[in-house]
Amino acid sequence: MTQPIANCPNCGAKIVFQWSSSVQTVCTYCKSILVRTDVDLKKVGQVADLPPDSSPIQLNTEGIYHNKAFVVGGRILYEYEQGGWNEWHIVMNDGASAWLSDAQAEYAISCSTPGLRLPATSDIRVGQHYNWNGQMYTITVITTARYRGVEGELPFQYWDKDYVTFADLRSQTGKFATLDYSDEQPVLYLGEFVEFEDLKLKNLRQFEGW
Amino acid sequence: MSAGQPPLSTQPAKPQARALHCPQCGGAITLRSFQQAVTVVCENCHSILDAKDPTLKILQQFRAITGELKPLIPLGTRGKLRGTDYEVIGFQRRSIESDGVRYDWHEYLLFNPYKGFRYLSEYQGHWNDITVCKDLPVVRSAMVSSANYLGETYRHFQTADATTGYVIGEFPWQVRVGERAIVTDYVHPPHLLSCEAGSGETTWSVGEYIYPQEIWKAFNLPGKPPEPVGVFENQPAPSKVSVKQAFVAFLALSIFLLGMMALNDMIASKDPVFTSTYHLLPGTPKGETSFVTDVFELKGRPSNVEVKTSADVSNNWIYLNYALINQDTGRAWDFGREVSYYSGRDSDGSWTEGSRRDSVIVPSVPPGHYYLRIEPEADARHPLISYTVSVRRDVPVFKFYGYAWLALFLPVLYVMFKALSFERARWAESDHPITLQTESD
Repeated sequence: MTQPIANCPNCGAKIVFQWSSSVQTVCTYCKSILVRTDVDLKKVGQVADLPPDSSPIQLNTEGIYHNKAFVVGGRILYEYEQGGWNEWHIVMNDGASAWLSDAQAEYAISCSTPGLRLPATSDIRVGQHYNWNGQMYTITVITTARYRGVEGELPFQYWDKDYVTFADLRSQTGKFATLDYSDEQPVLYLGEFVEFEDLKLKNLRQFEGW
Repeated sequence: MSAGQPPLSTQPAKPQARALHCPQCGGAITLRSFQQAVTVVCENCHSILDAKDPTLKILQQFRAITGELKPLIPLGTRGKLRGTDYEVIGFQRRSIESDGVRYDWHEYLLFNPYKGFRYLSEYQGHWNDITVCKDLPVVRSAMVSSANYLGETYRHFQTADATTGYVIGEFPWQVRVGERAIVTDYVHPPHLLSCEAGSGETTWSVGEYIYPQEIWKAFNLPGKPPEPVGVFENQPAPSKVSVKQAFVAFLALSIFLLGMMALNDMIASKDPVFTSTYHLLPGTPKGETSFVTDVFELKGRPSNVEVKTSADVSNNWIYLNYALINQDTGRAWDFGREVSYYSGRDSDGSWTEGSRRDSVIVPSVPPGHYYLRIEPEADARHPLISYTVSVRRDVPVFKFYGYAWLALFLPVLYVMFKALSFERARWAESDHPITLQTESD
C-alpha cells in the first residue's frame, strides 16, 4: 500500500496518509483540516481544540472485529444535551472502512450501506419501523447533535458542520442502524452493538486511577 | 508558523476525576465519570448542577424532606462486581404510591471508564444488577401482557408512576427531583425487564436478582446487609428443587420402582407346593370338622407363603381357621379367613358383595416340611360347600411398592405447595395477584 506523503499547506509539516482511501485528515501540528485533491492538499478549515471527552478509544487504538484486525484512523465528535459521543473511523486490515461509535461506553460498529430507500428527515418519528436487507429496525431516538470537531483521517470530507440530525434504530436481534442527515442525501449505517471485551482493544487511553 | 519538533506524543493527558466546588455552598464536588457527567448534585446542599457548564450552573435545588438519606454504598466506593471494577457515582431514591402508601426504592449508578454504566437497585433489602437493553423487547398484549427479550418470555408484573424524590452524585443524563416516569416491569425470575417512559424517551433495562452478600463482598462494605423483606418480583424461588425437577425425579424413581417390581416378579419362584379340594357339610358339629393336610416342603431361603382359598359359596359364607405348622419344629402360624359371596337385585339393579376367592400372605417362613391344620365353619342351614386350598412358596408382594410410590409423591406435593405459596407471595404485590377461586356459585 502506498502511503502518500505531502506537506501541510498551512505549516509545512509532513502529512502522511496511512490509508489510500482517506480523503481528509487533520494536521497534527497546526490542526488544519486538509482535503486531498488530485495534485496536492488543500486546507479547508481549522479544528478548534476538541473539548475534553472520556472515550477510552483514541487514534491508533487497535482491535479485532469478525476476525479482522482494525486500526482507529480518525473520528467525528458530537455533543447533545445528554452528553457527547464519538464516531471513530476504523480501517479494517482489508482496507474497508467502518465506524465504531462510543456513546457513554455503549459500543456499536456499523458501515455505510448505500442503495436503499431512506426516509427524509421531515418524515422520521420515534417508533417507526423500517425493513432494510430483511431486518426490521425501530427508531428509538432522534437526536439533534452539535458537531464539535474532527481528528485524524476520514473516508470523506467532513468539516464546518453545525447541527446534525440523527435517528438511531434498534432491532430485536442486537442489530443497530443510524440515519445520518449531515448532508442533503441521508446516509444509512447498518451494524450491531458490540461488547467492549469482544473487540480486544489495544493501545487504549489510560484513566487516572483506573 | 513553524513546523518545529513534532510533539513526542499526540496523546492528551490522562483524564482524571475533577475536584470542583459547589457554587451554592462551596462544598467539594468530585466528577468521577470524567466528561460523561451531565448533571451533578452537591451532597452537602442538594443543589442540582449542570456538569457541562464550567461554572456548574445551578439547575434546581431540593430540600431533603425526610432528612439525610444515606446510601448503603457510599458515593466513591469502588468494588469488583462480576469481574469488572466499578465506582459508585450516583444515588437516587424513587417511589411509587399505591393506595396512599409510598413505596421507596434506591438506585445506585456504577461507572467504569471502559465498560460504561451499570445500576444496582435496592428495595427492602432486595437487590438487582441492571444494565440498559441493547435489543428491543417485543411486547405482546393479551389478558396479561408479556414481553419477549432475547428469547425469554417475561410476564407483566406492574405498571406504576415513579417519582424521583432524592438524588446525589453525578449522572450521565439530566436528573431533577420531582421527575416522573411510567415504569412497567415484566418478570422472568431471576430476570426483570423494565420499561421507563418519561419525557419523550422510552428506555428498556434488564436486571438480574443479586443477593446482598455478593454486593457487600464486591464493595467490601462493613457489617451485614439489611435482611430482605418479603418476596421480590424477580426473586428466584428459594427452593433448590423446582416443581419440574421434583416431577422428573418422581418419574425416574417411579420407573425405578416398576423395574424393581418386574425384577421381584422375575426372581420370585412362585412355587406351587400344595393344592387340594375339600367339602364341608354344614351342620357338622363344631370341633369335628378339623383335619390336617398332607405334608409339603417349603424350599430355599426364608420367604413368604401364600395361602389361597376359593369356595363355591353363593349368598353364603365359610370361615376357615388355618394353622401352618412346621412338622420339624412344631412352630405354628395361626390365621383365620372368611370367604363369602352375596348377590341379588334391588331397585338399583343387580348387586354383589364379597368374593369367592381369598388370598393371604404369611411372611418369613423358614424352609422345612409343613402341613396345614384346617377347621372350617359354615352356616348350618346351607348345603354342601366345596372349597380348594392352594399354597404357593415365595410370591412377589406389590403393595409395598404402592406405599413406596405414595411416599415418593409426598415430597413432590411439598415442593408444589412451597412453590405455589412463594409465587402467591411474589404476585401479591403485582397488578395480577394470584387468587384462589372462592366463587360459591
